[in-house]
Amino acid sequence: MRKTRSIGGHDRRPGFWVYGVLIAVLVGSFFPIWWSFLIGSQDAAAINKNGMIFVPGGNFFANAATVIDSIPFWNALLNSIIVSSAVALSVVAFSTLAGYAFAKLKFRGREGLLVFVIATMAVPTQLGIVPLFIVMSRLGWTGSLWAVIAPGLVTAFGVFWMTQYLKDALPDELIEAVRMDGASMIRSFWHVGLPAARPAAAMLALFAFIGTWTNFFWPFIVLDPGNPTLPVALQQLQAAYYVDYSLVLSGVVLSIIPLIVLFVFLGKQLVAGIMQGAVKG
Amino acid sequence: MTAATEVDARAIRRIAFNHRLSHWDVKLSPYLYISPFFIVFALIGLFPLGYTAWVSLHDWNLIGGQGDFVGLENFQTVLAQPYFWISLRNTFSIFLLSAVPQVIAAIAIAAVLDFNLRGKTFWRMGVLLPYVVAPVAVALIFNDLFGDKYGVINQLLNTVGLESIRWHVDVIPSHFAIATMVNFRWTGYNALIFLAAMQAVPRDYYEAAIIDGAGRWRTFWSLTVPLMRPTIIFVIITSTIGGLQIFDEPRMFDQYGQGGASRQWQTLTLYIYELGWNQRNFGRASAVSWLLFLIIILIAALNFYISRKISATSDKAIKVRPIKARGIS
Repeated sequence: MRKTRSIGGHDRRPGFWVYGVLIAVLVGSFFPIWWSFLIGSQDAAAINKNGMIFVPGGNFFANAATVIDSIPFWNALLNSIIVSSAVALSVVAFSTLAGYAFAKLKFRGREGLLVFVIATMAVPTQLGIVPLFIVMSRLGWTGSLWAVIAPGLVTAFGVFWMTQYLKDALPDELIEAVRMDGASMIRSFWHVGLPAARPAAAMLALFAFIGTWTNFFWPFIVLDPGNPTLPVALQQLQAAYYVDYSLVLSGVVLSIIPLIVLFVFLGKQLVAGIMQGAVKG
Repeated sequence: MTAATEVDARAIRRIAFNHRLSHWDVKLSPYLYISPFFIVFALIGLFPLGYTAWVSLHDWNLIGGQGDFVGLENFQTVLAQPYFWISLRNTFSIFLLSAVPQVIAAIAIAAVLDFNLRGKTFWRMGVLLPYVVAPVAVALIFNDLFGDKYGVINQLLNTVGLESIRWHVDVIPSHFAIATMVNFRWTGYNALIFLAAMQAVPRDYYEAAIIDGAGRWRTFWSLTVPLMRPTIIFVIITSTIGGLQIFDEPRMFDQYGQGGASRQWQTLTLYIYELGWNQRNFGRASAVSWLLFLIIILIAALNFYISRKISATSDKAIKVRPIKARGIS
């Protein structure tokens, strides 16, 4: 049970200035997104003259059509969906399995291995890109989506997250009960561990999906220009149309729509996930 | 009779076999379940980092592959390049311009969100919105806002009688613009982490503080902030590790992606990319990767050490209050 309170212990509603500050913060976080639509709906002539623009123009669909013609947009969208879904699924599967073992099973070296997992979160693995690229080209994976999916298959954060969650959420008696009934280890995971892990697994999937969707550095290095993910395609758009920002920003709008829609439906879960992670982490 | 004993014997053997199987099941399953993480980490984390050191000691071309062993020559060459030092400076400058204001703003926003608000979820989602916009998209939007000629920010400056700033030409303004992109995306996210930490402060601490006659400000500074210390340290360390590897925003700051005509905003990761994929010199790219790796580990350790020291001193200041609090409630 969380008691409601505010700083100083006053439970009464705060004054208008508090809402004033919050509105200012929200304008700050919404304005740049709104701006991309504002400019993305103009034509080149309108944005290249002095003076402010306050209302959207009527050119958005024309711009969007040009963008879709000039970069492999649909291909990039599909690739982003494939890569992000694959990573999210795999991160959840492997992290739940590992988290279940760390939280609920007894084995030698458990504590030490868990500390190791946590410590790896501080390792800047992005700095291994040169050998990673060498390995991928030896495997013949450069240019393929596998090269983007493979490094993201499981994360230390995911393992840690599921361990923390399952520690409290799954009573040991429940596992013992199904074990007494003669269930094998994997069956008891399947029937007891997995259902208990569901809420945390859903959040983890969400974060893994967004993290992969917005990732640029590695896909930019390893994918071919003809077969990119959305952020890589945006880079091509900028290289091609830097003189006409109405086109570039209409491409930005197209690329951010999917996650904005996702956010509208699941933003509440994201907020809850970040706040839970903060308390436990 | 004999038939019956035979059946019994077979049944016993089967049970024994099942028993042994289940014994191994119990013994081995945990290791099997955690193995994917260790395999993946070994293959894409540990091995590449170690192999980076190996590559850095060789002539190594993107196309041609491994060449002669050259010892520390790549390190010597790189350390003699002005671009290395410029990148190092830019990396730190952009990092400081983003990390410091970001943590302060996030704590302030968290404090405001911590009021007993109407429509809590709405406000919390509002501050988190930028997080779902990819850094590349954020960079393109802010490039336009920070446009040197027609950018909104320069137009606003002109309106209030100030000169336009050459965001894409001068060193510090370009760092400021890039740091703004980072802050836009992460401030709200961090604010929610801080908000969670604030809400974990037990209520009777606040009651005790009020009884002691502490006002809001004093309570906030000498109670809430010290109790949030582990969270603040966590946020600072994670943003250090991420911030020093910054690539997306400076890469997208102009269409050439080399960090400016005189490398005004080239960061170390951009420099690694230039060495490895433009100059095709994997040896030197690996040398810079290793140097950056060492820098990050050093800074993270330093962070940790300093924050431990600070916590040791401020612990004494706060100890008295919680004890009092318990005495009252």
